[in-house]
Amino acid sequence: MHKIWLIIQREYLTRVRKKSFIIMTFLTPLLLAAFLVVPAWLATVSDRSDVVMVLDESGLFADKLESKKDMQFVTLQGSLEDAKKIYQETEYTALLHIPKINIQNPEGIKVYSKKNASLQTKVRLENMLEREIESQRFIASGIERELLNKMKASISLTTVNLSDEGEKTNNAIVTSAAGLIGAVIIYFFIFLYGVQIMRGVIEEKTNRIIEVMISSVKPFQLMMGKIVGIAGVGLTQFLLWVVLSSVVVTGVQAAFGIKPAPSPLEQYEAGRAQATGEEVATDQEGGAKEVVADVSHALGNLNFPLILACFLFYFLGGYLLYGSLFGAIGAAVDNETDTQQFMFPITIPLIISFIMSYTVVLQNPDGPVAFWMSIIPFTSPIVMMVRVPFGVPTWELLLSMGLLVGGFIFTTWLAGRIYRVGILMYGKRVNYKELSKWLFYRV
Amino acid sequence: MSILKIENVSKHYANHTALDNVSFDIPAGCIFGLLGPNGAGKTSLIRIITQITGADSGKIYFKDQPLKPDHIKDMGYLPEERGLYKKMKVGEQLLYLAQLKGLSKSEATDRIKVWVDRFEIRDWLYKNIEDLSKGMQQKVQFMATVLHEPSLVILDEPFSGFDPINANLIKDEILRLRDNGATIIFSTHRMESVEELCDYIALINRSQKVLDGPVKEVKDAYKTDTYQVIGNGMLLVTSPDYQVLEQHDSHGVFRASIKLLNDTKPNDLLRYLIERVEVHSFIELVPSINDIFIQKVKESHYA
Repeated sequence: MHKIWLIIQREYLTRVRKKSFIIMTFLTPLLLAAFLVVPAWLATVSDRSDVVMVLDESGLFADKLESKKDMQFVTLQGSLEDAKKIYQETEYTALLHIPKINIQNPEGIKVYSKKNASLQTKVRLENMLEREIESQRFIASGIERELLNKMKASISLTTVNLSDEGEKTNNAIVTSAAGLIGAVIIYFFIFLYGVQIMRGVIEEKTNRIIEVMISSVKPFQLMMGKIVGIAGVGLTQFLLWVVLSSVVVTGVQAAFGIKPAPSPLEQYEAGRAQATGEEVATDQEGGAKEVVADVSHALGNLNFPLILACFLFYFLGGYLLYGSLFGAIGAAVDNETDTQQFMFPITIPLIISFIMSYTVVLQNPDGPVAFWMSIIPFTSPIVMMVRVPFGVPTWELLLSMGLLVGGFIFTTWLAGRIYRVGILMYGKRVNYKELSKWLFYRV
Repeated sequence: MSILKIENVSKHYANHTALDNVSFDIPAGCIFGLLGPNGAGKTSLIRIITQITGADSGKIYFKDQPLKPDHIKDMGYLPEERGLYKKMKVGEQLLYLAQLKGLSKSEATDRIKVWVDRFEIRDWLYKNIEDLSKGMQQKVQFMATVLHEPSLVILDEPFSGFDPINANLIKDEILRLRDNGATIIFSTHRMESVEELCDYIALINRSQKVLDGPVKEVKDAYKTDTYQVIGNGMLLVTSPDYQVLEQHDSHGVFRASIKLLNDTKPNDLLRYLIERVEVHSFIELVPSINDIFIQKVKESHYA
């Protein structure tokens, strides 16, 4: 045990002290922060308000165009020619000319600008005018705007789980996101650190230190020490990322006094709200509030302790299952270019479970595909993680976990058999037939 | 007392036999030469002793106990293929390997200090292995092999890769280790170092032990009662007791290899010669280990 501990320490410390580890650990949260904050910051920077000169010959819009923080209106009188001249001398964004128009047939409204008016400006002006014209039409036809607003429907379904523990509101998007994030992290973790195990083994082989090592420790101890040590590196990096990211993001927010750019989820909700009613400006705020309340409610209703526990379990279980196989590949080859043929069967189940998890599994988290893939140890770490937030029967969870434990005991045994033969084998191109013989070698 | 007793050890791989019923003893406190051509099975035997692999059959006793994992602490192994963790510092590397051999951290640190002074490499302690020259790396590796003061040190081709100065340094260390009571197994196919250092040898060829014993006895066993004589005069041996194997004459100086026959003694030959020529030099021709090695290997090939 003492020896394994020494090996774990070495594997851990040499990696954690590497420049690349330190750089990656600190750079990633900064990049993440930049990714979140820069768009928001840019938005605030470009927020200098547009000033639009308005020449309203129709008189329909007098005082109706409200100045807002980012778009202000200056009303002009006189002829269009004069207005153009005045506009030329100013720094204003655009000149809006509304000729004498009929509200039933509003044509001939033009925007003059020095540069091409931005699409955003154009769309905003169009919306404002449209709304104003609509209101005027309503008035003309005797419908009050208030009444119309009351009639408008905006629906956001709240889904409620009826289960033994009572009613639970949830939100499919929040639930899906919770599972997918966990699955994605597990997927990348297995790949990134699995390959590190493989490299470590190949390094020991090509450095020829292996013979010295295994005259002091058992090959299995060396392999397990490496796997556990690298798991520690991964967990350290992961935790540092979580901590640093939140520090950096909150720090930047405090420093600039800005909110991060809306998350994809919020954007999605906003988009949905937009699709349901054209009265975005008035409805959006209320709608968004509702969505936020909904999301936070749903978040509150997710079983976080369970999800977190499952995440840790499948995170480590999946890593151990695949990690030992990566180690075995490293032992079977002489250099990294030879790893391809053996990498293939390992990466396939990982990639398939990753793809399936955000397609089939997400659409039907209780379907047969989801069920089987979350039971089979090679796919369960990713697929089960997606299913857990939706609620999985306890027996399925226990079965899946039990099989995963069995699975990694099996792969570790398998890898150990290959490893002990492979590490002393040089200059021999190995194929599967050869590998299968190694399993039953007496060493 | 023997530190290692090898009894009927065999080891088979899928396609060939690496060791076939090999037995010999290694006495404690000696330098033991394990000789054999490439591929004879030396490394296989060493790997069985260091418990990297196991024997298919046969027994090995270390200090009269059947070999067990715990014995590894008391052995130091320098493989033929040298290697260290390239990215580790010299000091860390030595500490790590010593701790894996069961030394405590403080013990290991103290011993590393002694050894770096002895090898005059104190300045390198904080350098990465990859920044060292190959010879320096070998020194570090040798230190790692003996740092835990094992009673059995196994060196596989220890001098390969060393320049003559460092080879001498290592030679002195090997002798010092033996004088301090350690047993050294010394595997090689380079014979010149064997005669200088080894007290005992075992010769392995084609997975079988061909001969073993103290170097002196082996050599005596292969003596052919042949003497080299150099002197002035015309040498013409007519006696049936002596056989001239080889003779060169030039400018009145002769040099001849003469073999004693019919139980004659060297003094008889000398007396015979003195009567006829002027003898300047009279040396017994003892076969070198190299000669014996080549002879035995050839014998077993044509057997």
